Amino acid sequence: MAEQTILGLDPSRIPDILTATWETLLMVGWAVLGILAFGIPLGVLLVVTDTGGILENRPLNRVLGFLVNLGRSFPFIILLVALVPVTRRVMGTTIGLRGAVFPLIVAAIPFMGRQVESALREVDRGLIEAALAMGATPGQVIVRVLLREALPGLIRGTTIMIISLIGYSAMAGAVGGGGLGDLAIRYGYMRFETPVMIATLIILVIMVQLIQWLGDWLARLLDRR
Amino acid sequence: MIRVENLTKVYTTPDGRQIRALDGVSLHVRRGEIFGVIGPSGAGKSSLIRCINLLERPTSGSIQVDGKEMTRLSGPELRRERRQIGMIFQHFNLFWSRTVAENVAFPLEIAGWPREKIRRRVAELLELVGLTDKARAYPAQLSGGQKQRVGIARALAAEPKVLLSDEATSALDPETTDQILALLRRINRELGLTILLITHQMEVVKAICDSVAVMSQGRVLEAGPVLELASRPGSHLGRMLLPSWNGLTPSPGSSLVALTFAGQVALEPVVTRVARDHGMDINILAGELDAFGSVPVGRLLVELPRVGEELQAVLADLSARGVRWEVVARG
Repeated sequence: MAEQTILGLDPSRIPDILTATWETLLMVGWAVLGILAFGIPLGVLLVVTDTGGILENRPLNRVLGFLVNLGRSFPFIILLVALVPVTRRVMGTTIGLRGAVFPLIVAAIPFMGRQVESALREVDRGLIEAALAMGATPGQVIVRVLLREALPGLIRGTTIMIISLIGYSAMAGAVGGGGLGDLAIRYGYMRFETPVMIATLIILVIMVQLIQWLGDWLARLLDRR
Repeated sequence: MIRVENLTKVYTTPDGRQIRALDGVSLHVRRGEIFGVIGPSGAGKSSLIRCINLLERPTSGSIQVDGKEMTRLSGPELRRERRQIGMIFQHFNLFWSRTVAENVAFPLEIAGWPREKIRRRVAELLELVGLTDKARAYPAQLSGGQKQRVGIARALAAEPKVLLSDEATSALDPETTDQILALLRRINRELGLTILLITHQMEVVKAICDSVAVMSQGRVLEAGPVLELASRPGSHLGRMLLPSWNGLTPSPGSSLVALTFAGQVALEPVVTRVARDHGMDINILAGELDAFGSVPVGRLLVELPRVGEELQAVLADLSARGVRWEVVARG
């Protein structure tokens, strides 16, 4: 039976591929929001509580640093499984979009925290001092100086985070969240439909390239140095 | 306006050694004057100026700005007080992500001024420092001198009582330095603003300072009105200004004398008159004519062919003519 194919791809798979693409975008999109919401404050805390920071607090800094390193030393696939009970409690389910987003957020917060930390450390100490000398409160220094001046660096860090997240989302998807990773495994690996796998790869490559390009462009646009 | 008493700052290095950056510093900056602190790097100048607005907390001692004891203020009180103290920096410390106008607006924003009032005040300040046409430029697009003008406008935005200047001209070329110093002088005169500046450049002291303190190794060696200190025999400031005479020794029967002429006397032919009146030759070994603000100051190192009582007579005559002298060596 000579079915029509597009470069070997069975056209009846196309709706599945589009759905999977959409699922990946949703998963990554929601996860990015959650990661930024927690990762930015975490990064700020890592910087301001450090020695010589504007809210120096050595014990808190050490605890946070330890937790971040702890979080980052877990292989994602293990964290994914270990978190199942927590995911069920927090999200009400361990499968689908909701089930996949939660472990993604938890896994990426420490990574994002470090990205934010390193972006904020690029801000010249002199600017912080100038703001303090003008009577700025610690909150004003954080929002109006640290985060604002570090914006290009924060965007670069976020870009890196999103791209690793796309990779991670394939794993989370395989555990029940759907998405391109799941599709590639089910059709490409389990059913030996190589064209499906290649199609998902092409989509992932385009996605990564686009995000990198967008991130670079935005960071350059906002970098006034 | 600023009164510092017995200020001490001790740092502990990571390996546990203690460094005394300030060792019992006292000084008094009068309202409306430009007070310079000069000294080599490592003298403690930077620690001193950063202690005034408590960017660094002193180990002990007292700092009063306009009668307020800075070291005893709570967090919110300190912030309120800091808004009254402008500061400019060697490396300008402008916010890169903000335009010139937004930089100048920063202290007003954080003080909660309404938008319209900020806009008017910023326009006023840019006019004052001559950067109206650069309002929308970013710091990276400006020259060093322009950046420091923005720094000055920003420091003046909240109408401070005092301006602290931390080596504000050290990163600038000589011509730009002159322009910035002229601007500071103008601000001092027109707004009656008290300025405390630290510098390692003698030109800064000569150009704009009314008073000066000479610092070395965490201590104030001497302080006072620039002119008086410069012409005081044996002063450190005088020595910094005088051509060096290392290795010069007077011939037998002569004395080496450093003469200082401050003000009108610097422009009069005093030396030749004294030589004629006492019937002697005066050998000039080194000399310099300088100006402090607009006051001329002359310095000469001369050899007088006199010792003992004869020398005293010549020196008394010099004193009578308004020349300050110091006998450096006797032959």
